[in-house]
Amino acid sequence: MKIVREALAGTLESSDLMVRIAPREGELAIVLQSEVIHQFGPQIEAVVRGCLAKLGIAEALVVIEDKGALDCVIAARVQTAVSRAVDAWTADWSVLS
Amino acid sequence: MKLRRSMLFLPGSNAAMLSTAFVYKPDSIMFDLEDAVSLREKDSARLLVFHALRMPAYRDSGIETVVRINPLSTPFGMKDLEAVVRAGVEVVRLPKTDTADDVHALEAEVERIERECGREVGSTRLMAAIESASGVVNAVAIATASKRLIGIALAGFDYVMDMQTERGDGTELFYARCAVLHAARFAKIDAFDVVFSDVNDDDGFLKEVDLIRRLGFNGKSLINPRQIDLLHNAFAPTQEEVDYSRRVVAAAEQGEKQGLGVVSLNGKMIDAPVIEHARVVLRRAEASGVRQ
Repeated sequence: MKIVREALAGTLESSDLMVRIAPREGELAIVLQSEVIHQFGPQIEAVVRGCLAKLGIAEALVVIEDKGALDCVIAARVQTAVSRAVDAWTADWSVLS
Repeated sequence: MKLRRSMLFLPGSNAAMLSTAFVYKPDSIMFDLEDAVSLREKDSARLLVFHALRMPAYRDSGIETVVRINPLSTPFGMKDLEAVVRAGVEVVRLPKTDTADDVHALEAEVERIERECGREVGSTRLMAAIESASGVVNAVAIATASKRLIGIALAGFDYVMDMQTERGDGTELFYARCAVLHAARFAKIDAFDVVFSDVNDDDGFLKEVDLIRRLGFNGKSLINPRQIDLLHNAFAPTQEEVDYSRRVVAAAEQGEKQGLGVVSLNGKMIDAPVIEHARVVLRRAEASGVRQ
């Protein structure tokens, strides 16, 4: 799947996160800001990378502003951002789970 | 005894509420993908609810999970259904149910999805929300439309709009409440009352709860966690009721030992319906405690 446009998902409310995804050639760049980055930074990034890998996203710029979201919220927001940034999105629930 | 006194509404787009609502211990949590979610966030709410349903905090909590999907006639309804059945939701709530055919159409799609994803056929239960004069008139047909139905719910706001009136002291809902309740009892499923929207009016809330409890409703839709304990307490039997019920059951058991068909307690006849009611009170007390 290819990111063809910039898209946003999520909010900056507590327990949520804002995900911005944009086209980027040749690399997957993840920029993470979080109130709990020292404790959970690697875990948050692992969840984001895992979601993107399952969706076949290898090239993109992903900017995450986390407000203490649970893993399931992170996954939902990343998937929503991708769905808004690609052409012809079809939900494959086995991949999204 | 499965209690369905409290059904807490949560906007499906609210990450914070989805992440924490289980701590309030309602009997059921209803993730809303319909009216509480704006058109531009239908997609994100669907994914949030899909993942929330899979959280161990919900799966292992003993709290029944319900999702109010968008009507199947909208561009969102079928997508909602695909997501939540696959995520393992216990009950799908269909809004704006006007006829039994609405339930039949939903049931057919649920069964198709269950087969496609390998979920046990029949394991997804349904609830129909009645929100119009048509729905009230067809309540018996709706309530008996599917073996998957666990209950029917009256939704007050749309109903009073359809009736060209407005919410007031409850008079405007009297016929609809009675019709929905009778349909549910005829079909042997549960009946749920409307939300009480003024979360700061505890007295008004408790007055309405007392009314619907006495009418015979199983429970009520709630929009604020503060209302849960108030509701549960109001639905719990009093110590006096529990004590009397114990005496009734004891007298009945004694009579049975003596081979008596009908016994009396303090000069009052105790027959089968009285004994059954006493047993229901004791089961309810066991499940929900005694009213404080």
